[in-house]
Order: sequence, then C-alpha cells, then structure tokens
Amino acid sequence: MYEGVVQDLIDELGQLPGVGPKGAQRIAFYLLSADPIDVKRLAAVLVEVTERVKFCRVCFNVAEDDECRICKDVRRDPSVICVVEEPKDVAAIEKIREFRGRYHVLGGAISPIDGVGPDDLRIRELMTRLADGAVTEIILATDPNLEGEATATYLARLIKPIGLRVTRPASGLPVGGELEYADEVTLGRAFEGRRLVDV
Amino acid sequence: MHLRRLSLTDFRSYAETDLNLEPGITTFVGSNGQGKTNLVEAAAYLATFGSHRVATDAPLIRSGADRAILRAVIFAAGRDSLLEVEINPGRANRVRLNKAPARPRDALGVFRCVLFAPEDIVVVKGDPDQRRRYLDDLLVALRPRYAAVRADYERVLRQRTALLKSARASGAVPAGALEVWDDHLVAAGAQLTAGRLRLVEELRDLVSGSYSAVSGNNRDTGLEYRMSAQPAGHPPAAAGAPASAPAAAPAAAPAAAEPDAGKVAGCLREALALRRRAELERAVCLVGPHRDELELSIGGLPARGYASHGESWSMALALRLAAYQLLRAGGEDPVLMLDDVFAELDSERRERLAGLVAGAEQVLITAAVRQDVPGGLSGARFEVAEGAITSG
Ligand SMILES: Nc1ncnc2c1ncn2[C@@H]1O[C@H](COP(=O)(O)OP(=O)(O)OP(=O)(O)O)[C@@H](O)[C@H]1O
Ligand SMILES: [Mg+2]
Ligand SMILES: [Zn+2]
Repeated sequence: MYEGVVQDLIDELGQLPGVGPKGAQRIAFYLLSADPIDVKRLAAVLVEVTERVKFCRVCFNVAEDDECRICKDVRRDPSVICVVEEPKDVAAIEKIREFRGRYHVLGGAISPIDGVGPDDLRIRELMTRLADGAVTEIILATDPNLEGEATATYLARLIKPIGLRVTRPASGLPVGGELEYADEVTLGRAFEGRRLVDV
Repeated sequence: MHLRRLSLTDFRSYAETDLNLEPGITTFVGSNGQGKTNLVEAAAYLATFGSHRVATDAPLIRSGADRAILRAVIFAAGRDSLLEVEINPGRANRVRLNKAPARPRDALGVFRCVLFAPEDIVVVKGDPDQRRRYLDDLLVALRPRYAAVRADYERVLRQRTALLKSARASGAVPAGALEVWDDHLVAAGAQLTAGRLRLVEELRDLVSGSYSAVSGNNRDTGLEYRMSAQPAGHPPAAAGAPASAPAAAPAAAPAAAEPDAGKVAGCLREALALRRRAELERAVCLVGPHRDELELSIGGLPARGYASHGESWSMALALRLAAYQLLRAGGEDPVLMLDDVFAELDSERRERLAGLVAGAEQVLITAAVRQDVPGGLSGARFEVAEGAITSG
C-alpha cells in the first residue's frame, strides 16, 4: 500500500479494462515521473470527454450532439440497421466503407455470468426504431464469440416474427474473437457474404 | 513421434533442466518427492496445455518464480519441430511453434502422448466426471477441433447456470432468455455427445483386447455411453438413479450405434422440455453431456463398485492402452509415459504391460525403485534427485 492519493490513483487505474494491479502501479509511477504539462493535458482531455461526449439518442453511438454524425447523414440508407455491441464496433465497420446503412449500439452482450440480461441492453429502443416500417433489414454484427452469438440468437428470435430480413456477417470472422480486432479485409468479406439467420 | 529434447525453466521443482532424449525406452529413477512426476507432467503439458494433476497453472510455476517455460524438440513425420510454452499464472499462455507465435489451439496435436499415472485408477473407481474427462481428453487429442466444442459447451453451461440461478433468486426468467441458452446448449452439447459416441464405438474392441492382454484372462468387458437425455421412445432415467445398477445388455443402447448430431440434438431438446421445471427449481443444468456416463463393465458387472482392485487396475491400463492404439492409428506413434505404474501391479501384469509397450517409438518410464521396472524394458537411464536429472 502507498500513501493516500498515490494509492487512490493506483486503485482508479486498476478499474480500467485490461489493467491489472501491477500495470496500475506501473502507469501510476510513470505519471508521477512524467512532465506535469503532459499529465495535465491528459487530465483535461478526460474531463472534456466526460462533459462533451454524449450518446446518440437514436443509435447510442458516441456523439457530440443529440444525434451522431451517421444518424444525421441523410445519404445513409435508413432501411438497413447494423446492430453492434459497442461504439468501437461502429468505428471498426465504418473503416471498411462497405456498409451504407445505420447502426444500433446495444451497449454489450447478453451474459448471465456478468449479470447482463436482455433488459440491460438497448433492445427495447431497437424495437421502437423498427415500429414505423422504414427498416427492412437487420444485420446482427455482435462479436463472433458465445455471448455475441447468444445475443444475435435472442434478437433473431425477436425480430424474425415481424417479417424483417435478419442477417449475420458471414464466416471469416474468427470464432471466439472480437469484432474490432478483425482486419479490414476479413470484415469486408464478412459483410458482403452475410447470411440469413434461421431460428 | 518422439521427443529429442526437453527443457524446463522454473517448472515445479526444476530451476533449469535440459534433457536430450532418444527413441526407445528411457527410465527415470529417484526416491519420492524428487521430481519424477514433475518431469512427465511437463512433457504432458505440451500435448494438452494443461496439467493432468491440477486444474490451474499456478502450482506449476516454481515457487518464487513468476513464469515457467517449457521447450521441446519433437521429431515427427521426418522432421523436427520446436514447441515452446511460457506459462503465466492468471494470463494466457504464450506459445511459439518453430519460433513463430501460435495460438495454443493451433499448436494442439504437434505433440501427442499417452500418460499412464497412479491417478488413472479413479477413471474406473471414481465419479462419472472422471470418465467423461477421459473421453474428452482423448477426443481432443484425436480430433483437435473438439477443443473448441468442449470449451464452448463449458461456457454455455456456466452462462445457463448463472441465468437459472438469477431466475430462481428473482422468481422470474425474462421472456426468451432461457431459450437462447437452450439453443446453444443443444448445438454444442449435440456435437460433443456425437463425438463421444463415435469415440466409444472406436474404443470398445480396443479396450476389450487390451484388457485381455494386460490381465491375462478373457472376461468380457463392456463400454456403454449413457446419455442423460435418453433418445425418443426411451423414458428418461429417473433423476439420481443409482449408478451401481448392473449394466444393461449391450443391445439396449441404440444411441451408441448412431452418433448423429442431429438426432442427439432432438433428444436434448425433448429432455430440456421435460426437465424445465426441475431445472428452474434447482437452478442446475440437468440435461446434456455433462450429466452423461460412460459405463464400464467387467464380466457383465459394473466395474465401479463391483470390480476388485486388480481388475480395476487392469481396466484403467486397458483404457490407456486403447487410447494409445487409437492415436497411433492416425499415423504417428504418440509418446508413451508410464509414471510410477509398475509399483501398482503384480509381477505377471508387470511383464505383460512391459511386453505391450516395449515396441512403441518412445517410452518414458519413472519409478522410485529400479527393481519395479521389468528387466525387458532396458534403455537409457537417468537418476532424479532434488529437481536435477543426471545420466545414471
Ligand atoms: N511449484 C513448485 N515449486 C517448487 N517445488 C515444487 C513445486 N511444485 C511441486 N514442488 C515439489 O516437487 C516435489 C514433488 O515432485 P514429484 O511429484 O515430481 O515427485 P516424484 O519424484 O514423482 O515423487 P513420488 O515418487 O512420490 O511420486 C515436492 O517435493 C514438491 O514440494
Ligand atoms: Mg510421482
Ligand atoms: Zn446515431
């Protein structure tokens, strides 16, 4: 244990994803020995994102206004919605420039172990978006791991009865992986070859 | 295949050890607690990326060190491969194959071995999970794609159990939530079950032949896979039915004859529907391959609860010998490792076992007392003392 505020810093850093106790200590002591100007700039950006960045009220992607850049763009096809787990997945798919529809960010995947059920995701909001009949296809681009597959199965069972076309990006995505780590070529191919989901 | 070189760094009691090995028979002799099992455990780890003794990796790292490294040069199909594993507790292992980083999953099957250990007796005498593990370990060694199926199934079980628990606590299941995990349990469970059913068919005659060869008698042995979800037309076994009931006649197990994942999936679905209430009440997954049993019998009686100690040992050896024969049928001879097994056997069975393994491409044998190893098994000799290995 370190004294007061240093230990607070280590504890806070330890909360971050992918940072263990040892890593938290390393980062903390790096920050303590770094140029105070650099550290203050980091602190300022952290404050700024918490104050300025919001979530799009339509798709829940990160946005600087009420609606995100993609939802505001009238050239984007309103008849196709691509459902993803996190905002970072939107960024990964945008990079391949293959998909011209809209998004819906669930905010995670179904995982009872972590206490995440369907009601904890933005599924009700998705169903509301489907109500006006403008959408004809849903692409389920959740991660190709068990929890992502389970979420896709759940959504397919929910949406199919409404009569929409429900697809899932094709093979090529490494099983057990995460969407954001798939390279662009693989991800591009996966979107082209998406298949209908049968439940 | 055979090991040409094996080096251990900070693995168990070994700080640093480097061994050159030859095909044929190699014996390691040393008193209790000197590091014989640690050595074969290291070799076996390279085949499965797990220990045969402990469920977690932490005990494998030498106390005081922060990671262990295993390196082996494996000669197979006419050439050498270098397999290296860095074991990090609490983090994923780092695996390199011929100096290039590899995923553990892709390095499965580079080294294959069959390990005979004193603990094998529990496969015959222990709880059903020991026999399921025997089947699954062999299935993965034989057909590495099952590593993913097995891991998926285990994860589905954990997720579905967590859901049943929270449903019991809150008194309600969100609509459609359980059905999703039913789908995944059926998909992964049917594949795993079909793989095991096929394996049992492949093993049956090999086990019975090996049992006769090692025990020296011709009593019939039986191997029957019993699904917790009985096929349509067969009433599901009553919950908690005694496992000690005499094994049914072989003809009464139609499921074993047809390892078809589609049919198995149907059985699982039906059984899930039947057991739904009980699952919600008890918050336990009651249907699936994690509840199945591999029934072993000797002379028409269940091995577990009926067989003598010597008969149980012969059966345990027969199961390993059958695994060895099945693996070698794939082309390459797996490496045989016999950890302290001769001490458990009378002199006749010692000699018969020696005769059965003598012809293998490479056999690594450990013993506390040299006299326990039959004289026919001669070859290179090492002494093991205090975590150091010297040519004896
Ligand atoms: N992580 C570890 N760090 C240091 N020493 C360890 C570690 N794990 C086990 N050991 C030591 O290794 C020894 C056991 O070695 P091993 O099981 O290989 O013995 P053995 O030669 O097979 O003995 P036996 O004949 O009784 O089976 C014990 O003394 C134990 O304390
Ligand atoms: Mg031992
Ligand atoms: Zn938006």
